[in-house]
Amino acid sequence: MIIAFFTALLFLIALALGTVAWRRGRPLFDKGLADARSQFLHLLPRLLIGILGSGFLAHLLPRETVLAWFGPNSGWTGTLLATIAGALTPGGPVVGYALGAAALKAGADFAQVIAYVTAWSLLTLNRMLTWEMPSMPMGLITVRVIVSLPLPFLAAWLTMLVR
Amino acid sequence: MPEAPAPTQEPRPWYARIDWGLAIVAILSFGSAGYVLVKEGPTLWLQILMEDAWLFASILPKVALGCLIGAFVRLLIAREMIERYVGRGSGLPGLAIAGLIGMLFPAGPFTIFPLAVVLMASGADRGAAIAFISAWLLVGINRAIIWEMPFFGTDFVLFRFLLSMPMPILLGLMARAPVFERLAPTPKAPERPEDAA
Repeated sequence: MIIAFFTALLFLIALALGTVAWRRGRPLFDKGLADARSQFLHLLPRLLIGILGSGFLAHLLPRETVLAWFGPNSGWTGTLLATIAGALTPGGPVVGYALGAAALKAGADFAQVIAYVTAWSLLTLNRMLTWEMPSMPMGLITVRVIVSLPLPFLAAWLTMLVR
Repeated sequence: MPEAPAPTQEPRPWYARIDWGLAIVAILSFGSAGYVLVKEGPTLWLQILMEDAWLFASILPKVALGCLIGAFVRLLIAREMIERYVGRGSGLPGLAIAGLIGMLFPAGPFTIFPLAVVLMASGADRGAAIAFISAWLLVGINRAIIWEMPFFGTDFVLFRFLLSMPMPILLGLMARAPVFERLAPTPKAPERPEDAA
C-alpha cells in the first residue's frame, strides 16, 4: 500500500518536472530523458549484481557470528563494530546497502544496521580517498569527520529508544 | 547517487577510475552465488535467485522514476541558485537550508564535494558546507530511492530518514564550534586561496 503510494508520488513528481522541462523547450526535455536513460542503464547492472549478491550473501553469512557481533544483545560493542565496519566498507552506492541488508536478514539487530548504514554513509574511507580528498581542503574534511564520529552511536541509541 | 562517468576536469589517478565498489560487489555476489550453488545444490540456489529476481523486478519502476526526477532536477535547478541560497545562509536557518538542498539535490560525489568548496568561497561557513555534504550523504532523496529502498524496503528507509533528518543540522552546529576555526577557517569576503591548502 505504502509502496504503491510512494511509486505514484514519484510518478507525479517526475510528471510535474517533465512538464516544466517541456515548457522550457523541447531540447531541454529531450536532454532530461537522455540523461535519465543513460543513468538508468548505468545503474541497472550494478543494482542487479548487488541485489542478487545480497540474497546469496545473507544465506552464507554465518548466523552465529552475525548474532554474536551485531545481534540484539551486542550492545555498544556491536555499535562500535558496526561503525568500524561501515567506515571500512567501500563507498559507491551498492556495497553498504547490500551488506547491511544481508546482515539484517542474517539476524543483525535493527539498531546496529542503522548504525552501520549511518557510518558507511558518513565515514566510508574509500569515498574520502577517491572523491573528497581530491576536491576539498583537508581541514574541512577533518572537521567533518570529527563531528560525524558520534553520529552512528547517536543513531543506534535513538533507534533503541524509539523501538 | 549516480556514479556516472565523472565530467573530469583533470585526469584522475588509475585507482580512482576503477569502480571499486562495483568490483567488490561483483566479487562478493558471484562468489557467494557460486558457493551456494556448489555447496547447497541447484534447488536452493534457484529459490534464492528467484526471490532476488522478483525483488529486482519490483523496484525497477522506482529506479527509473528516480533517474527521471534526478535528471530533470539537475537540468532545471541552476547551480548558481544553490550557491546563492546556501552561500548567504547564516545561523540556524542557514544550516536548515543547506541541509534541505543537500537532501534534495540529486548529484554524484563528483559534484557534491567541489560544490561544497564553491559554497564556502561564496560565503557559506564550514557549518553550512558540512550540513550540505552530510545531508547529501545521509538523507539524499535520490540516493535513497534508487539505492537504499531496493535493499531495505520502504519502512526501513522511512525510519532511517526521519531519524537522520535533523542530523545534518546537528553536524553543522557542531562544526561551528570555535575549536575548529583553525582547521577550517570561516571564509572572509574575498576568498583567500591559501586557506584551502
